[in-house]
Amino acid sequence: MALDIDQLTVRQAVVGLRTGAYSSVALTQAMLEAIATRNPAVNAFVWLDEADAMRQAEAADRARQAGQQGVLLGVPLAVKDVLNVDGHPCSCGSKILRGYTALYDATAIARLRAAGALLVGRTNMDEFAMGSTTENSAFGPTRNPVALDHVAGGSSGGSAAAVAGGMALAALGTDTGGSIRQPASFCGCVGLKPSYGRISRYGLVAYASSLDQIGPITRTVADAALLLGVMAGRDALDATTLDQPVPDYNAALTGDLRGLRLGLPREYFVDGMDPEVAVAVRAATARCRELGAQIVEVSLPHTRYAVATYYILAAAEASANLARFDGVRYGFRATGEGAPIDMYKQTRAQGFGCEVQRRIILGTYVLSSGYYDAYYLRAQKVRTLIRRDFDAAFAQCDALLTPVAPTPAYRMGETMDDPLHMYLGDIFTVTANLAGVCGLSVPCGRTAGGLPIGLQVLGPAFGEERVLRVGHAYEQSRQGEAL
Amino acid sequence: MNYLPSVGLEVHVQLKTNTKMFCGCTTAYGAPPNTQVCPVCLGYPGAMPVMNVAAIRLTVLSGLMLGCRIGAHSKFDRKSYFYPDMPKNYQITQYDQPLCLGGGLVIELGGQTKLIRLTRIHLEEDVGKSTHYAGCSGVDFNRAGVPLMEIVTEPDISSADEAVAFLLALKQTLLYAGVSECNLEEGNLRCDVNISVRPEGTGKLGTKAEIKNMNTFKGVQAALKYEVARQIRCVAGGGRVVQETLRWDPDLGETFSMRSKEDAHDYRYFPEPDLLPVVLADAQIEAWRATLPERPAERRARFMHVYGLPAYDAGVLTAERGVADFFEATARLCGNGKAASNWIMTDVMRLLGESGRSVTQCALTPEVLAELILLVERRTINLPTAKGLLPELFEQAGRPAELVATRGLGQVGGEDEIGRLVEQALAANPRVVQDFLAGKQAAAQALVGQVMKLSRGKADPQMAGRLVAERLAARQGGAAVS
Ligand SMILES: [Zn+2]
Repeated sequence: MALDIDQLTVRQAVVGLRTGAYSSVALTQAMLEAIATRNPAVNAFVWLDEADAMRQAEAADRARQAGQQGVLLGVPLAVKDVLNVDGHPCSCGSKILRGYTALYDATAIARLRAAGALLVGRTNMDEFAMGSTTENSAFGPTRNPVALDHVAGGSSGGSAAAVAGGMALAALGTDTGGSIRQPASFCGCVGLKPSYGRISRYGLVAYASSLDQIGPITRTVADAALLLGVMAGRDALDATTLDQPVPDYNAALTGDLRGLRLGLPREYFVDGMDPEVAVAVRAATARCRELGAQIVEVSLPHTRYAVATYYILAAAEASANLARFDGVRYGFRATGEGAPIDMYKQTRAQGFGCEVQRRIILGTYVLSSGYYDAYYLRAQKVRTLIRRDFDAAFAQCDALLTPVAPTPAYRMGETMDDPLHMYLGDIFTVTANLAGVCGLSVPCGRTAGGLPIGLQVLGPAFGEERVLRVGHAYEQSRQGEAL
Repeated sequence: MNYLPSVGLEVHVQLKTNTKMFCGCTTAYGAPPNTQVCPVCLGYPGAMPVMNVAAIRLTVLSGLMLGCRIGAHSKFDRKSYFYPDMPKNYQITQYDQPLCLGGGLVIELGGQTKLIRLTRIHLEEDVGKSTHYAGCSGVDFNRAGVPLMEIVTEPDISSADEAVAFLLALKQTLLYAGVSECNLEEGNLRCDVNISVRPEGTGKLGTKAEIKNMNTFKGVQAALKYEVARQIRCVAGGGRVVQETLRWDPDLGETFSMRSKEDAHDYRYFPEPDLLPVVLADAQIEAWRATLPERPAERRARFMHVYGLPAYDAGVLTAERGVADFFEATARLCGNGKAASNWIMTDVMRLLGESGRSVTQCALTPEVLAELILLVERRTINLPTAKGLLPELFEQAGRPAELVATRGLGQVGGEDEIGRLVEQALAANPRVVQDFLAGKQAAAQALVGQVMKLSRGKADPQMAGRLVAERLAARQGGAAVS
């Protein structure tokens, strides 16, 4: 009988492989079959090399027979199309990287590989991680496997859809303003954005360097803890990683919340929020109180400036980060006559999609002489205020409980003509990136229409143990309930 | 009306590090194109820079040599512009918080000294090198990411000769500090020249034009002379100098406009988010300062004072740090600064010049030269013998004392012995003696030469000369009596 990976967690797979209940080849075969059946409707994967996946699985099985171990030995993982995996394409959902093949492994990938994991396929994303719906992709939109007429969220929509849609046990995403947490919330899975500097960004194609972080999208909080433990830690190739010890995140999963103070930021429960989201998050808060936590109200007064601040800083950094895509050394190059500058213009005009061009232009504008002080510099100052808001809040409580997004998943196409509407949907997630703190998205119910709703747990910088403990205890308390 | 030029330089210096500024690629010069590259220095997607601390150290050392203040808190920024030789289409450089601030360098010209003030020194990455062919262009990224230090002067320079004097003094200082090879042919040193002119008596600087990318000192001199004259002609004729970027054509000997102020780039600087700010502890700066060599000017003054050398000689000996070190070690070992100076300034420098080698590339060491000097001083050998040995000792290692012993080169020393040789010479050359006695003074020198020949060059020429003179005088006296 074929192996069913619909609900299988990474931890269960690790046990199954170790005990010999099944081989990595069988597990990977099951994954490839699930992708073959389900991906056409969802479009979570944009590239897959089945032979390459099977070669990795065979090697893992041989390694196990040879007595080798590894916390993830033989476990296949899906990878967002923005992380470099040696020998695989890395197109960032863009036409401009057509034909580019990665020459090296990102550090996070190298660490997963060293732990025995298999890197299978490339998951869809908003082009260069710019978007909240995974509709802005050169490979077409990803659909939400829970409700196919809805978006999967973004920008790591392909990863969330693969995990929620039974095509991957777990996947890697990246989060610059909510790109892991929001799609996890929209699709009903767990998503962790670690603190800035916790996981190396080396090999992550940069969108906004001071905000980007790699993180896992999983089916359980325990799986997120497991993958974080493998990827975390100082990396000599990324100067912004911190030399903080990597704790045993699994040990943090105590199952209770006794002695914890959890804060509800006043500014995150606003008018205009979807009432079903508000109800679900309030109920989750009550559940946390039952689990032993003390609930306090706190304030993050500069929250209302966060979206504007985020779009100025992210666009500014992106305008420089994406300058390298010029057709000179790799990827797509427009053909035609003219000077090099004309080749650049044509390549970039044809290679980048609308949203990317919009943000490059915005970023170029806010850095231009005469506007720098009014926009970029001012946004940096507000960023400092937002960071201080969190410092003050975490002086009063151990972690914060908030909604991930003000609404459940949008309908397909709903935000395409109204980017501002989409930008405002990032209001509860961008703050964590601006402040450099960590955040976890955990399913906390569904709307009457069956759309998943996510609870966000925010913790201080390098406070992943706390958010995992809270998310895990809450998740365990709801086991058996329909989420 | 008289017009005064004001010139400022921006000198780009490639630092002498083993690896590039942000990756592990080698900085060696001359390899085939694009063989010393990696994802980082090619600007591949996802690659990130990691700071090479050696580049920071060499920049701070340069700043300390040039009297700069070292910034307590320094950072890196991105400078954006599109060009095929820029892998990321932004350059990592330092905008408003450079590593070194202020400082200056004293130049000497026509016996006058003048301080040229520095504005700042910052660190940045070099770009690739474009080569243009008929119908296409190529880019070599071997140079991309090599650490580049930019030294910016105040507009204190007032002539082409001063500019060259400054560049020479700067090169000397940087070579002393060991921060760069300063090899112009390999592009280690390049500069941009800012020029303006103003009527004498006015304080306000005129509108400046900038000549980009000069890579020879001769070029700087010629371009500056041309451009100053052009600007004076322009202003004196009632025109106005346009703020623009110029290119110097060495073949035509003229400057050409590359772009005007209106087309100037907006570089859109902002802090580099991939690198942490550089915060240097005082203890670190002091530890680096402790490794600094003496500055060339100070060393020159000390050589004059301690070794009693004339200013010119001290200048020649301190022009290169290697030569100065060689001189000083030799002088200490033999205890005779004058002799060491004479040997190095004449024979050693000639051999260096002929062989095209530096003082550290030849077999001759201060120990060997000092031994040679002492052998002459103690009259074990004479000076011509010593000078005859030098080319050999320059080429291959050897001990002068051993060579003298094994080859029997020791000086024929005693007055009796040389006296006998003088008698022999006089006896063998009666006609020369006759010439002398007939009033031909130069004949004495020929007789000394004969004595040297008889001693197979080993006689003390001074003693030989004295004894020849004595014997001839005796004969002269004798002749007068008879
Ligand atoms: Zn490199």
